[in-house]
Amino acid sequence: MLPPRRWRLAVEMTSAIAFDAVNLWFHAQDGSALQTLRDFNMQVGRGEFVALVGPTGCGKSTTLNLITGLLRPSSGSVRLFGETVTGIDPRVGFVFQADALFPWRNVIDNVVLGPMYRGAEKSAAYVQAQRWLEIVGLAKFARHYPHQLSGGMRKRVALAQTFINKPEILLMDEPFSALDVQTRGLMQDELLELWSSTGASVVFVTHDLEEAIALADRVYVLTAGPATVKSSYVIDLPRPRVTTEIRYDPRFIEISRQIWHDLRDEVQKSPVAMVAANV
Amino acid sequence: MLGLQVLILVGGLGGWEMLSRLEWLDPFFFSMPSMIAARLATWFFNGTAQGSIWFQIWVTVEEALAGFLAGASAGVVAGIVLGRNRLAADVLSVYILIANAIPRIVLAPIFVMSLGLGMASKIAVAFVMVFFVVFANAFQGVREADRNIVAHAQILGASPWQITRTVIIPSALSWIFASLHVSFGFAIVGAVVGELLGARYGIGQMIATAQGNFDAAGVFAGMIVLVAVALLADLTMTLIERRLARWRPPSAHEMQTQAGRS
Repeated sequence: MLPPRRWRLAVEMTSAIAFDAVNLWFHAQDGSALQTLRDFNMQVGRGEFVALVGPTGCGKSTTLNLITGLLRPSSGSVRLFGETVTGIDPRVGFVFQADALFPWRNVIDNVVLGPMYRGAEKSAAYVQAQRWLEIVGLAKFARHYPHQLSGGMRKRVALAQTFINKPEILLMDEPFSALDVQTRGLMQDELLELWSSTGASVVFVTHDLEEAIALADRVYVLTAGPATVKSSYVIDLPRPRVTTEIRYDPRFIEISRQIWHDLRDEVQKSPVAMVAANV
Repeated sequence: MLGLQVLILVGGLGGWEMLSRLEWLDPFFFSMPSMIAARLATWFFNGTAQGSIWFQIWVTVEEALAGFLAGASAGVVAGIVLGRNRLAADVLSVYILIANAIPRIVLAPIFVMSLGLGMASKIAVAFVMVFFVVFANAFQGVREADRNIVAHAQILGASPWQITRTVIIPSALSWIFASLHVSFGFAIVGAVVGELLGARYGIGQMIATAQGNFDAAGVFAGMIVLVAVALLADLTMTLIERRLARWRPPSAHEMQTQAGRS
């Protein structure tokens, strides 16, 4: 039997991630405090792909740490599916900027970690891991160690490692920034394909505006620190997209010009840019 | 390369032999290679005053090994427990600092007095020699574990114990191994010093006896046996380490030697 329609609607309306008037200060040992987030409001719908762009060091990654529960807001609330975040939520998956593979484990032993941590039976976990390696095209490299792989291959392992847990919320912190341009394009397409089959809600942090537009349903532009949402743009480019080709689409160029206008002011305000200007 | 190395050995030993034969060096105090070789031959073929040389070596190795295994395991456990437990580490840090400042070898007389001339006192000396080195390294290794990987494991769903087992211990392992390498040498030093101070068997005891008889050849021969034991131990350690650290990329130095060989 279905719950009453009104109630069902309310559940459906709850967004996957909601930041409500979040402020965050870091307190240094000498008593001074640094504000990283100021009155930060953001909603991520279920199955929505959101990208955050903003000047370097503005606090983009901090928002991700608030979602994982590794950080707590000084005031305001962060909610996942309507519940306030109190710790690490098992529905969350995270792809790091730096290499966070376990260097002492081979590829398949890395991928199998999530299910093993969560108490899966060993043989079942390995079957699952093998399947994910096939999906990301690394079945032949199951016994290789991370240092024997290229940067792009290591990212694929990281994706398999994250997707095997079937995250409903996927957080990505500049995951492809260390890759060369060609590999980055391939990985972006691969990510979109993996994502489209899961229906996860994604928060993708990047400083690359084109990457944000090519991937996301919605782009949030953040101000220079303390970060707050300056503006948000709905990206109405049709899916499925091929990121390497969509850049030449006239609509893409139009959106990108519009957002860049907004972003440029913030980039110029950021301390890094000011140092550069003084030099 | 090898030729030059052999040349140095031959030159050094030959020079020593000649200086002693010409009595520029007093053979009574400095002996000479031929006498030392003769002594080693006697020991190995006819045995020593206390019995077979192999038994003496085994006694020393057994003491060193027992002290090493006990000291290393205690050091690893203590290092990991304290490394993972901020409060315990902060509370105990003062005492660790003090304990670490004591030159461990001066504890040997106390152990020989309290535990007697048997093996127990030597094992105890080897234990304290090993424990602090391994402990300090294990502790540091835990603290140096990559925060990114720890956070990653947490998000993948690891419990604190799973993090210790799958992240902390493997990443501390290279630190621990570096310390094991050095500390096995320390274990041998500990066992030998214990024997020098009073024992019934062992290489250290043989050296002490030779010293008591003003028998320089015996002292040097004992030293050579010790060197051989220490080198063998070091080699074993390297082999074990290489097996356990297969995941690591070869260091620049290793790559060079490999390139040099091929």
